[in-house]
Amino acid sequence: MTTTLDTIILDQCADARASWSTVVAAGDVLTIIDLHGNQAVDTLVYSAQDHAVRYSASATIAAQRNLFLTTGSILLSDDSTPLMTIVADEVGNHDTVGGACSQESNTLRYGHHTKHQHACVENFLIEGAKWGLGKRDMVSNINFFMNVPVDADGTLGIVDGLSAPGKSLSLRAEIDTLVLVSNCPQINNPCNGFDPTPVRMVVTRS
Amino acid sequence: MSTATTQAAKEHARSQAIAIDGPTPPDGVDRLTFADTVPGGRYTTMVLSRGTRLRLRDVDGNACANILLYRADAPWERLNAADTVKVPWQAYLGVGHPLLSDQGRVLATVVADSSGHHDALCGTTSAKSNAAKYGSGALHSTSPAGRELFTVAAAKNGLEPRDLPPSISFFHGVRVESEGSLMSTGTAGAGAEIDLLIHLPVVVLLANTAHPLDPSRTFDTTALDVLAWDATEELADLPNTEPEYQRAVWNTESTWNSGLKGTR
Repeated sequence: MTTTLDTIILDQCADARASWSTVVAAGDVLTIIDLHGNQAVDTLVYSAQDHAVRYSASATIAAQRNLFLTTGSILLSDDSTPLMTIVADEVGNHDTVGGACSQESNTLRYGHHTKHQHACVENFLIEGAKWGLGKRDMVSNINFFMNVPVDADGTLGIVDGLSAPGKSLSLRAEIDTLVLVSNCPQINNPCNGFDPTPVRMVVTRS
Repeated sequence: MSTATTQAAKEHARSQAIAIDGPTPPDGVDRLTFADTVPGGRYTTMVLSRGTRLRLRDVDGNACANILLYRADAPWERLNAADTVKVPWQAYLGVGHPLLSDQGRVLATVVADSSGHHDALCGTTSAKSNAAKYGSGALHSTSPAGRELFTVAAAKNGLEPRDLPPSISFFHGVRVESEGSLMSTGTAGAGAEIDLLIHLPVVVLLANTAHPLDPSRTFDTTALDVLAWDATEELADLPNTEPEYQRAVWNTESTWNSGLKGTR
């Protein structure tokens, strides 16, 4: 969390349904503030020096032997390099299994009439293009503030979020990281209360 | 045998060839279109036509078939593990479960399963993780990591490490316990099989290597049989009536009929 000793490097809003990105230098802390509550912040993380080194949901959950991300979770790359560590979390449970919504997956989940709605993969592609990333670089992601429980019989689904207005989480960069965000445009599931809202992104240096 | 001359060296090399026993074809199948036995810690790769039935068999009870699928004609479309569990509302793989691409299409459907021990959550191992667990994860070590094996298999299909998303694995089960913790449920034992029906031409990368949550401290992965044959008629009788699956099949058939069919 931000303290009076920290210097604010960046303080921006990621608008509802918009994409956003920045490079967080090693040691700096990115705090994501869920301004209105229940927003889903779809996030991809890459080594800023080598985009081939990128976040792996499966490597991360296998290493920590737990499906959910919270304080202490280390975000691992696909070659097991620590990218970022969650150092503070006011929610307690973030998803990394559900992936990002896409126009194509939305046709399966909600019907073909949703094909031309906003979708996170579209945001990732347009934002990633600014950094030279293409479709092959669109990998597994994190959904901060999104709640995806798994029942005993394996049934899983996106349910009402655990976040609330003003709740935040903070990530310390272990190496220089490129962070790509789609502030989830999804309006067909409860991840953001069927009402996408802005989030605040603050980078601090101590 | 002398190898002092080119002729002698040729004869020496040729004398090394021996006939090998491939996997046994299933009853009622006249002709296998692909057959391989993959030892523990090794990989295989193949291109399969639409309508192929792919059978994986855990020969000795400790195989772990980590797989990735790519559309053969458009390899930037590939298996998406997240959609594969999210869209069917089900984390555990079984009969009727689609393996979905990132473009809303079915690459394969699970059509038979005598194992029930599979995982779509943990992906595969890295050189670092295997080095920490077994002492090495290098390609030709005694404990090769899945990502090292996938890297080579991918390269043989013109694909790079950045083309390797999270994989899924057959024959080593994982269950999610309370609060999200993960537990290995091991394998189903020798002889377990899983069959996939292929919906679009695909490149298959297959690494037979220990699951990330394998509780054994030693690398014990055993052989995997891989068999494939034509079963095109089965595409007309699919084992899943869920609406999400039906829409995925619709997307897939639409793609096949609108263009790919003519290029077969």
